[in-house]
Amino acid sequence: MFADMTSMAALWGAVIFSGVYHGVNPGMGWPLAVSAALMEQNARALPKALALLAAGHFLAMIAILLPFSVMFFLVEWETQIRIGAGILVIGMGVYLLINRRHPKFLARVHPARLALWSFLAAMAHGAGLMLVPIYLGICAIGTDETGHLAAQTLMSGNIGTAFTVAAVHTLSMTVAGGIIAAVIYVWLGLRFLSKTWLNLDVVWALSLVLVGAFGIWSAVHGH
Amino acid sequence: MNLRPDPTFHASPKLAMQAPVENYAFTVMLSPDGAQSDGIAVVDLKPGSDTYGQIVHQVIVPNKGDEFHHFGWNACSSSLSPLSGHAFLERRYLIVPGIRSSRIYVIDVKEPLKAHIHKTIEPEELFAKTGYSRPHTIHCGPEGIYVSCLGGGGADGTDGPPGIFIMDCETFEIIGQYEMDRGPQDKHYDFWWNLPQDYMVSSEWGLPPQFEDGIVAEDLLSNKYGHSIHFWDLRARKNIQTIDLGENHQMALEIRPAHDPKKSYGFCGVVVDTTNLQGSIFTWWRDDDGKWQAKKTITIDPRPEKAENLPPLLQGFEAVPPLVTDIDLSLDDKYLYVACWGLGEMHQYDVSDPMNPVLAGKVEVGGIARGTAHPNGKPFAYGPQMVEISRDGKRVYWTNSLYSTWDDQFYPDDEGGQMVMADVGENGGLTLNPDFYIDFPKGMRSHQIRLEGGDCSTDSFCYPSV
Repeated sequence: MFADMTSMAALWGAVIFSGVYHGVNPGMGWPLAVSAALMEQNARALPKALALLAAGHFLAMIAILLPFSVMFFLVEWETQIRIGAGILVIGMGVYLLINRRHPKFLARVHPARLALWSFLAAMAHGAGLMLVPIYLGICAIGTDETGHLAAQTLMSGNIGTAFTVAAVHTLSMTVAGGIIAAVIYVWLGLRFLSKTWLNLDVVWALSLVLVGAFGIWSAVHGH
Repeated sequence: MNLRPDPTFHASPKLAMQAPVENYAFTVMLSPDGAQSDGIAVVDLKPGSDTYGQIVHQVIVPNKGDEFHHFGWNACSSSLSPLSGHAFLERRYLIVPGIRSSRIYVIDVKEPLKAHIHKTIEPEELFAKTGYSRPHTIHCGPEGIYVSCLGGGGADGTDGPPGIFIMDCETFEIIGQYEMDRGPQDKHYDFWWNLPQDYMVSSEWGLPPQFEDGIVAEDLLSNKYGHSIHFWDLRARKNIQTIDLGENHQMALEIRPAHDPKKSYGFCGVVVDTTNLQGSIFTWWRDDDGKWQAKKTITIDPRPEKAENLPPLLQGFEAVPPLVTDIDLSLDDKYLYVACWGLGEMHQYDVSDPMNPVLAGKVEVGGIARGTAHPNGKPFAYGPQMVEISRDGKRVYWTNSLYSTWDDQFYPDDEGGQMVMADVGENGGLTLNPDFYIDFPKGMRSHQIRLEGGDCSTDSFCYPSV
């Protein structure tokens, strides 16, 4: 029980950490918040842009997590589902490592449609997939404790967890990206925009591989 | 791919102005009759260098008859666009099209003194993949490198309308046509855009039979060259509005939007008004209702001249038309430089108020029936033509050739390629620098100039100057 609580705390910590990680990545949109405030010459455009980016990111997380929450009520297949998910996440990471080209269609999105852009950017980079092994780990611990409940209850519990995971993740992403955007907009200035912009492509892809491997490992060895 | 954004990418025009000054220029060298191969001259601009103001390297291509004209970078400050996230590209390759051959060279200039050809795209590939010919203006934008073409398909380039194609900015593979709905656009020349505001503007010179063998006087006098500018929804790839500047405003060429992406206006130069031989500049802008407007804000008068001093083409008019053939806007959107290739003058206008430009400086060099010498006493063939401004706005470089066959019609007795530089005064004003004068190798003419690290007609910025 104590071990479960520690794992649970660690997994929620991972949800928050992944949010911060996505948030600081310029590819998830904080430079758009800076540019919105500068283009409109209005500081209030910055939180507005962040909110739109958050909405798109949240939807992308939910779109990936929900199918897994629906699937996960098949308790007897728990391990297999978690291993399958881990392989999928590793696969996405390997794909991004091999295909280093940027998704061109993102450039076709109208600059004002920030929520759509954020949704597509998260989807194209497998941002939602990064959460799947963590989310399934949380659900698995929940399943142990509530194993006697009806499948229906279990599923709605998992769906609730999916929304909470997506919300906590998106909130920490928005806070992290928002801090960088605000610091650059208010204090540091645009010169730092390109200075803070690091090429995270390889690190990002490796993170997916790592998270996927962790998912498989924890499925096989218990949480 | 770099781990950090290329240091020559700048978020705003203001940051680009504060960046280190240019160390090199890359200038087109062209053989007007195709007797020699064309090339790119690398000019040393390092302050204090022993070879300052000299051609220190040449990239000569293996083919003849390409006729180099305009060219551009594989990547510029537009790579910092938060939407497309190509921040880690290198500004390393020059995309150099042959306007006559339709061949495209990709030249690696990472080490300017060892610049060399990286890739060649043969004309057949361009024709097959795009249906266009005579590639011209290069800009790096969303989804890749955009290239405008002056010709459509077929031997004389009139089989189908000309347009823009997109090229991959890493592999230099041609992706295909840009346009989804071109509306009434049936000629092409220049284009540029405002990336955050998502619009593009394009202009019109004429179809290949109207320029390749020289200017067609009958077409000009019957107003058959281009006289419209087109406004596009950039990402939807649709022509949303066409403004006819009036059919007497023949040859609407360079499009220069304000560099600050917050602004929704720009300029277009018109070579000649057939009713009075004036050259003119139109200011275009988006009004409060979102409609595009254009108004003539600068006119430059012709100079009366005795017929006997004029080339046959102009004798009947007894005047020298200004021939506004290139314009360029400084990065602070303050000064617009206007090349009057016929008069032999470079004008500098203060366009702080884009609707009311004020002449702030002027230099005379070359010119039809005038041929003003350079301050160092050496001759300047033709007139001031392709103009490029340093990022900091303090130096203005220009060359002298317009287009091989047109040079010969307007200046039948001139020959040679020169590149000169003028210093900009603290409060405007323009003075030719007597020490900067490059005479191109014999038989070579010169055209567009590109500055190392970007200049005032290459880079598109995604964040406003603050």
